[in-house]
Amino acid sequence: MKTEALIDLLARGPIAVEAGEARRRFSVALGWGALGAVVLMATLLGVRPDLFAAMSDPMFWVKLGFVTVMAVFALPANLRLARPGARLGRLPWGVAAPIGLIWLLAVLVLAQAPAQARPSLLWGHTWSACPLNISLLSVPAFVMLMWAMRGLAPTQSRLAGAAVGLLSGAIGAMAYTLHCPEMSAPFLAIWYVAGVVVPTVAGALLGPRMLRW
Amino acid sequence: MVGAAQGDARAYHALLGALSGHLRGFFRRRLTRLPDEVEDLIQETLLAIHNQRHTYDPDQPITAWVHAIAKYKLVDMLRRHGKQSLLSDPLDDAMELIADDDSEAAEARRDLGVLLASLPDKQRLPIVHVKIEGLSVIEAAQLTGLSVSAVKIGVHRGLKALAARIRGSA
Repeated sequence: MKTEALIDLLARGPIAVEAGEARRRFSVALGWGALGAVVLMATLLGVRPDLFAAMSDPMFWVKLGFVTVMAVFALPANLRLARPGARLGRLPWGVAAPIGLIWLLAVLVLAQAPAQARPSLLWGHTWSACPLNISLLSVPAFVMLMWAMRGLAPTQSRLAGAAVGLLSGAIGAMAYTLHCPEMSAPFLAIWYVAGVVVPTVAGALLGPRMLRW
Repeated sequence: MVGAAQGDARAYHALLGALSGHLRGFFRRRLTRLPDEVEDLIQETLLAIHNQRHTYDPDQPITAWVHAIAKYKLVDMLRRHGKQSLLSDPLDDAMELIADDDSEAAEARRDLGVLLASLPDKQRLPIVHVKIEGLSVIEAAQLTGLSVSAVKIGVHRGLKALAARIRGSA
């Protein structure tokens, strides 16, 4: 076919588009992803019984806040990567900042703690389950966000896949804070971050295959 | 593109026509060893532009958006053919849809088209034909009715004026 004929054909059909398609898809994906994470957490793991008492501990809010900030920066990164030619700008710093701050806090806590208390600050009681559980809770958001991304046009598929993984990991971690009894910064700095890294790496590996168009 | 998004078929037709010229220049320069693929790739990219037009954000420079799609389709085609080595320019250099060095800055600040429109015809047309569509100076001279040297001078002065405008609008 001649290029001219193709242009005629394309311009003849209905061409108007509704604005905000990306926003709409990501809203749907976030809604179902977050709901799925909370339902999975409540049914498989259970809300921690002392949740209301824990809410008066500032560390509970540090824990929830640090993963929420990651999600808040990961979302616009996803929206930009879904769109050809849009640049990430300083968004990666926004994702890195909460991790840097929690590491700083972890170092301070470990430095001040007596030597015999350090292992329990680092390992807690649930270190072996934490990254796995966060990864598990991230699955609904991961599936939904991949669907949202597939309907758009990511040109850097590996990076876009990683961004999907990062956001779903952060959502999984947010839901996990409602179950997880650990309250020490060194624990969060290692095991929560590991829990978010797992879906991020999975996204980076799957991106080139799942996000082609 | 904004007109097209609101359903203006004529604006959309004109846009696709203009883009196919840009794309021809872009792909021809990258694929001097695969000239037969150029037209296919233009069509594939136009189709992608059409199918993905909902991902265009009117606040974004259209050159950046189109370029990212064109590059994606180029890499995709090369990977499919396993002919990466046939790329005539290294891919890192294939960063700009428009040939001159000023375009990267222009892309970030405003649409090149707006800047181009502000030039007088005898500078604008030579730049469009030679630098963007990839025609030779002689072809451009025949098309515009200018002399060969006038085309060369137009390109030179026009680029200089564009560069000054880009710096001025920073």
